[in-house]
Amino acid sequence: MRAGEELPVLEVPVTRTLIVAGAIASRDYQDVHHDAELAKAKGSPDIFMNILTTNGLVGRYITDHFGPTANLRKVAIRLGAPNYPGDTMVLSGTVEKVDTGPEGDTATVKVIGANGIGRHVTGTVTVTLPAGGAA
Amino acid sequence: MNAVRDIAYEELKAFEGRAAAEAGLGKDPVNAPMIRHWCEAMGDTNPAYAGADPVAPPTMLQAWTMGGLSGHQGRSEAYDDLFALLDGAGYTAVVATDCEQEYVRELRPGDEITFDAVIESVSERKTTKLGAGHFVTTRMDVRAGGEPAGTHRFRILKYAPVRRTPKGERPRPVINRDNAGFWEGVAAHRLLIQRCDGCGGLRFPWLPGCNACGSPEWDTVEASGEGTVFSYVVMHHPPFPAFDPPYAVGLVELAEGVRIVSNIIGVPHDKVRIGMPVRLVFQRVAEEWELPLFRALGDGAGGEV
Repeated sequence: MRAGEELPVLEVPVTRTLIVAGAIASRDYQDVHHDAELAKAKGSPDIFMNILTTNGLVGRYITDHFGPTANLRKVAIRLGAPNYPGDTMVLSGTVEKVDTGPEGDTATVKVIGANGIGRHVTGTVTVTLPAGGAA
Repeated sequence: MNAVRDIAYEELKAFEGRAAAEAGLGKDPVNAPMIRHWCEAMGDTNPAYAGADPVAPPTMLQAWTMGGLSGHQGRSEAYDDLFALLDGAGYTAVVATDCEQEYVRELRPGDEITFDAVIESVSERKTTKLGAGHFVTTRMDVRAGGEPAGTHRFRILKYAPVRRTPKGERPRPVINRDNAGFWEGVAAHRLLIQRCDGCGGLRFPWLPGCNACGSPEWDTVEASGEGTVFSYVVMHHPPFPAFDPPYAVGLVELAEGVRIVSNIIGVPHDKVRIGMPVRLVFQRVAEEWELPLFRALGDGAGGEV
């Protein structure tokens, strides 16, 4: 792990099932995340992914790469273009800096999730790898 | 745009620093089934989140505080009042824009979740692609078994949705004493042409006097509705919210001999041709008014009504 390292991309097919399952798993029952008719009545072309699911996917992207010993310290995300059903979100990440401390190496990773209409998410994740840990 | 009332910013600013949730209690303690459901939804196969002694994915932090279908517990009056104020002013829609979480302690099954939240800031009115609105930022401190577990800063936009359809209002005709009879005819589905009392000449568009003999006296004849495309242009630019370019604008020569500018419909814009026969139709373009348009006859393959 070093500054400038690029993480392999993760393609996430944005299915209706993922949007609804993510909303319910995060206990978010806002209608715009599961009811297309009500979403349209609110001016959205379809249901769209909730921010908690995006947050979960960003966290998963980082721990998929750094392994099960990686400790997420901070996940900060900003949403842009919504994730609508049928789209694909491509997550990419770049290690911005690495600080070595008593707990291990702590990396700051910039993450971007792009979909067919733009940038769905931009974010920064801080993750610590215990000394002697994987990756 | 929906009817939206401006809220004095001081009225919104007064909510900053007030509690958004007080002594909130997670509806369920951290538990393995909810962790598993989350991991299934996210496609997360991290072994740390599974097995006999799982930790919860840190990004679940907020999920443990969610009210679910039965609603939130511990949400403060101030938060409800702020939402009521924004809803009442027309900012009825909500979208989450930012989520910043810091994790200070792992969460494991059995941990009881409690939380407090404060309204950190309410923005001034901002114009966004979704519509105008106010950003509301809250910060939540989450505890597990009374110990700090993490913080969760959340920003939402409360906005007045921009109505998508219709995209814009068609420009309205200017109706005055010189052309009021023409628009009365349109309302009655009659396309009226002026006829000069002096020389008998037909004229269109409507004018207060004859451009041939100067007579101010006239009556009208009703057009049969038959015509041909005398000339046309296809509009690509500039775009205007009420229109969807490209579209054909025709100069139609009526069977009576006068010409009228209107849209050619029922045929793709690139299939309009000079000499093409067309027939008058009246089409409602706004709730309270209609326009005379011309539908291509014969090989017009379009599907518009």
